[in-house]
Amino acid sequence: MEKVLMKGNEIIGEAAIRSGCKLFFGYPITPSTEVIEYLSAQFPKVGGTVVQAEDEIGAINMCYGAACTGNRVMTASSSPGVSLKQEGLSYSAAVGLPMVVVNVNRCGPGLGGLGPAQSDYFQSTKGGGHGDYRLIVLAPSKAQELYDYTMEAFDLADKYRNPVLILSDGFLGQTMEPVVLKERPEAPAFDRSWVVDGAKGREKRVLASYSLTNEIGEANNLKWEAKYKHIQEQEQRWEEFHTEDAEYLLVSYGTTGRICKSTVLNARAKGIKLGLIRPITLWPYPEKAFIPYKEKVKGIVTVELNTGQMIEDVKLAVECKVPVHLYRRQGGMLPTEDEILDFVENKFNLSAVEEV
Amino acid sequence: MEKIFGRSKGLTDVPFSFCPGCTHGIIMRLIAEVLEELDIIEDTIGVSPVGCAGFSQDFFSCDFVGAAHGRAQAVGTGIKRSLPDKIVFTYQGDGDIAAIGTQHAIHTAARGEKITSIMVNNAIFGMTGGQMAPTTLEGMKTSTSPYGRNIGTNGYPIDLPKLVANLEGAVYVASVSVDSPKNINQAKKAIKKAFQVQQAGLGFAFVSVLSTCPTNWGLTPSDSMKWLRENMMPVYELGELKVAEEVKSL
Repeated sequence: MEKVLMKGNEIIGEAAIRSGCKLFFGYPITPSTEVIEYLSAQFPKVGGTVVQAEDEIGAINMCYGAACTGNRVMTASSSPGVSLKQEGLSYSAAVGLPMVVVNVNRCGPGLGGLGPAQSDYFQSTKGGGHGDYRLIVLAPSKAQELYDYTMEAFDLADKYRNPVLILSDGFLGQTMEPVVLKERPEAPAFDRSWVVDGAKGREKRVLASYSLTNEIGEANNLKWEAKYKHIQEQEQRWEEFHTEDAEYLLVSYGTTGRICKSTVLNARAKGIKLGLIRPITLWPYPEKAFIPYKEKVKGIVTVELNTGQMIEDVKLAVECKVPVHLYRRQGGMLPTEDEILDFVENKFNLSAVEEV
Repeated sequence: MEKIFGRSKGLTDVPFSFCPGCTHGIIMRLIAEVLEELDIIEDTIGVSPVGCAGFSQDFFSCDFVGAAHGRAQAVGTGIKRSLPDKIVFTYQGDGDIAAIGTQHAIHTAARGEKITSIMVNNAIFGMTGGQMAPTTLEGMKTSTSPYGRNIGTNGYPIDLPKLVANLEGAVYVASVSVDSPKNINQAKKAIKKAFQVQQAGLGFAFVSVLSTCPTNWGLTPSDSMKWLRENMMPVYELGELKVAEEVKSL
């Protein structure tokens, strides 16, 4: 297996190619631009198509059209651009279209800055556009996961006929790291009986989301709700790090999830029984991860690059049976492992442990 | 008895649901006849917009995709890029393509996207109940220009086919009307050519069709036709506005 040094955004592009995706519609925006640049250079060699659209709205609607034909399709952008895509994502979810959307999260609101952030957590996990729908959201924390999760995203999108969002950030997108370019086993054959590709020898098909009556509208909502419940049951994913005997837990995803691993190791060296739950799916949120710990641990700290968004899901997951605190940096700043540990020690009055 | 006239195979048996005197039915029938004559019904994917034109997805017998308001051409682009051998057309009202979807109208043409777009221009927002459109004429009363469109505050109507004809990637642009048998024949010829352009892979083809909205204009169907001739035709010039060199030999 090939091990190479690549930039995070380019890894996503390479994973898309090796997932059999041949269609990319996008619009440049820092810090996501290397995805469209990489594919603009590589796709022509493998018979793929890149269209640099008039804007993000054009790009997501091109994805919508391509997805209707059943072929794999991807777009990538960064926070302000992803805001523009929300209308198209709502329509795509309503029609049940498989597609992979990458958000290389930069800080906001507004134009914000180019640094890493997790400020789009609400937008990513609670729907984002109008209407009641969900995207499957995967949160990689390092190069290899950018590669693996992108491949996984295409399969999940096809399996559930639902858009899948890869929530990266400005740090992951811009960092060069080694990655093993694993070949993916052949994707399972997915149902294509819904695809629009010309009504040759069959009844015509229409892919649209208009519900002419309220009765049809409710029936549609119930159908989608059942799908989302099924996904919630089947697809919760997370990683645990030193949780088995933990008295305190960090909960963090993506870049900060990775930093928190160092915090856990440093804490352990000082005799503090700290563990980490790193959510991999942000939707469905891995509530199951908390079941063994919600009656057991003394306290939880979520570490986030926002004003405290995921903390709400953590509180729901532990049914408020454990005190849950927030440590956050914002505006493109990242925490060090030490400042997280300082916060944990202060919050739970643990500095005495060191002297034992 | 010999049957000499019937429904085009390009249409389903779903009855048209348009208001009396609306010309959507005529225009859809012309497109359906063209699809049938070119024998491309089974190879065609239509894209419907939001608005009255959105019902097209029920009436045509080819596959259809329903787009968000204004996005039909971007959706059509995605379909065509995914399936380059299929025929893709968008069927959109003037409010859809010339207001909320203007960026796609310009860039689909500029890219020379190999799709066909039909704009039905009745100078008003029909489905939402008669509001001002980008094509509403100066002085024309609508529910959001109740004292008549004031150029000073509302600006000028957009002549989209003229705008699009300026773009290199648009190789065939026509402006037609369906107010008379003669013009209906002209309209069908233009629509047919717009699909042949796509079959030949020559570039973007665009046909604007002047249409009526008796309900929201507050006129009878026959007065609507008269109003279209007297008011819209002088503003929106009819004819083949652009026939690129490569299209002439079709």
